[in-house]
Amino acid sequence: MTRNMYLVDDILAEDIKQEPIRAGFGRGLAAAAARDERVVGACADLTDSTHMGEFAKAFPERFVEIGIAEQNLVTVGSGLAAQGKIPFVSSYAAFAPGRCWEQIRTTICLNDQPVKIVGSHAGVSVGPDGATHQMLEDVAIMRVLPNMVVIAPGDSVEAEKATFAMAMDKRPNYVRLAREKTPIITTQGTPFEIGKAYIYRTGADVSLITTGTMTYHALVAAAALSKDGIMAEVVHVPTIKPLDKETILESVRKTKHVVTAEEGQMAGGLGGTIAELLGDEFPVPIRRIGMKDRFGESGEPNELLIHFGLDANHIRLAAHELLGKK
Amino acid sequence: MQQYSIKQLELKADEIREDIIRMLEHAGSGHSAGPLGLADIFTALYFDILKYDPKNPDWDERDILLLSNGHCVPVRYATMAHAGYFDRKELMTLRKLGTRLQGHPERTKLPGLENTSGPLGCGLSQACGMALGLRMNKQNHRWVYVVTGDGELDEGNNWEAIMLAAKYKLNNIIAIVDRNNIQIDGPTEVVMPLEDLRAKWEAFGWHVIEIDGNNIEAVIDACEMAKAIVEKPVCIIAHTIPGKGVDFMEYDFHWHGSPPNHEQAKVALKELRTLAGKIKSEADK
Repeated sequence: MTRNMYLVDDILAEDIKQEPIRAGFGRGLAAAAARDERVVGACADLTDSTHMGEFAKAFPERFVEIGIAEQNLVTVGSGLAAQGKIPFVSSYAAFAPGRCWEQIRTTICLNDQPVKIVGSHAGVSVGPDGATHQMLEDVAIMRVLPNMVVIAPGDSVEAEKATFAMAMDKRPNYVRLAREKTPIITTQGTPFEIGKAYIYRTGADVSLITTGTMTYHALVAAAALSKDGIMAEVVHVPTIKPLDKETILESVRKTKHVVTAEEGQMAGGLGGTIAELLGDEFPVPIRRIGMKDRFGESGEPNELLIHFGLDANHIRLAAHELLGKK
Repeated sequence: MQQYSIKQLELKADEIREDIIRMLEHAGSGHSAGPLGLADIFTALYFDILKYDPKNPDWDERDILLLSNGHCVPVRYATMAHAGYFDRKELMTLRKLGTRLQGHPERTKLPGLENTSGPLGCGLSQACGMALGLRMNKQNHRWVYVVTGDGELDEGNNWEAIMLAAKYKLNNIIAIVDRNNIQIDGPTEVVMPLEDLRAKWEAFGWHVIEIDGNNIEAVIDACEMAKAIVEKPVCIIAHTIPGKGVDFMEYDFHWHGSPPNHEQAKVALKELRTLAGKIKSEADK
């Protein structure tokens, strides 16, 4: 483990503390709003489940309930930003940005208004609600937009820091949140800055480049791989755009082997992003873990992650497959 | 701000129409009917109704004017040039590489624009956000005007915003619907019937004023009245003639998205000059 990353002591502990990533967003928003009165919020009838409730109760005059209307949600956000506000607009990722991409493109990105779009319940770990609500394409559709920043925090602690950082960032932002409890892997001391990737574990044989909920799984996989005699480096990429090319390329130049992992479509997602970068700068063998051009389905969250190959074991197998090809 | 008589404003609108014809002919593409039909409304807004400073476009006491139907932006560019935002010569750069006058308006390109638009149905939502922002900022003396097309009311996003404005009683919004009855595929009532349009807005909780949108005095009066209505947001349904002022363009939906060629522009400009002469001679009576 990298000492200056200040991760939790025992990533492998059975009883590792867990919390939904969205809860960190809620705390971060309330804190950012207490610090800066320009921070406002709007929600499309999902105030508590996107964890905007704490903010809405503390600052009712700065909260707008939009109703079930995501096109209006993001476009009202554009108008609020035009009046000097720092608007956080939240819904489920399937609906915002899922329902309102063109409004985001025209009134937020091209219009260059610093709206903060908060997409909760992303990934298959949404579980029993099924494919309609398991947003997998959000990273792909947001990262192709000029001016847009795309962030996928790895745990609730990082989500809190990311939210606070978003409130101070002058660009349009998208943040991807997850519904289920997931392990807390970072601490207050762990660094977070928009646009930075972090080496959570060093190793010389293969770079595991991951984002969001999959970083925990990569750390678990790296521990297992070390027992197999493979030293894996874990590169956590909470900001998918703008990409920290320097940190990623430095790792890949050393290991010359790459496995990416994400809880979303790998086409256009982190896997696509890394493949583009390496294709341009440093072509090496790569295996991508993610959803392979298909939708999710109902099931229990952990069951689904295993079913779709989005877990530590599949990351480990991918690394073996890659290195076995030497 | 200088006060203009109605006759002076009518003449100004005529000059703006001439510039619209010149710009569109020079650009070789763009929308003719809507901008010509809106010339009276934009003249009334920029030369009587709106509070602004062309030398300080970001003045934080200004009124906000959002153009939702971005394809009608030639009328806004032409009126802004006449209002002193930039030199009229720049109008001839419309739609050319490197221009500040993009085919559809981009806020970040030209000071004085308040929104980027073109894809339809977003202006009312942005107006809601701005109106809420102004209220939070306790700037209750500033108004948010939003001009929308009628065809663009087909977009559901509008009705989401119309509901929100009524919910929050955003009485600092004045929506002006350019009711010219045409859209690209034909008459609005054939493509997707909007009527009873007044009843629809009223059912959604707005106060509605219907006017002749080519009558500058009526536009000014309606905006004055709208400011006096405090309990609801106000929608002015402005009945306009598409292509107004140019005989062969009036009422014809084929001119929605086409510019005049050189010969057509010559005829149009001659007509508009004759019209100006008429307004002048009436003013002299």
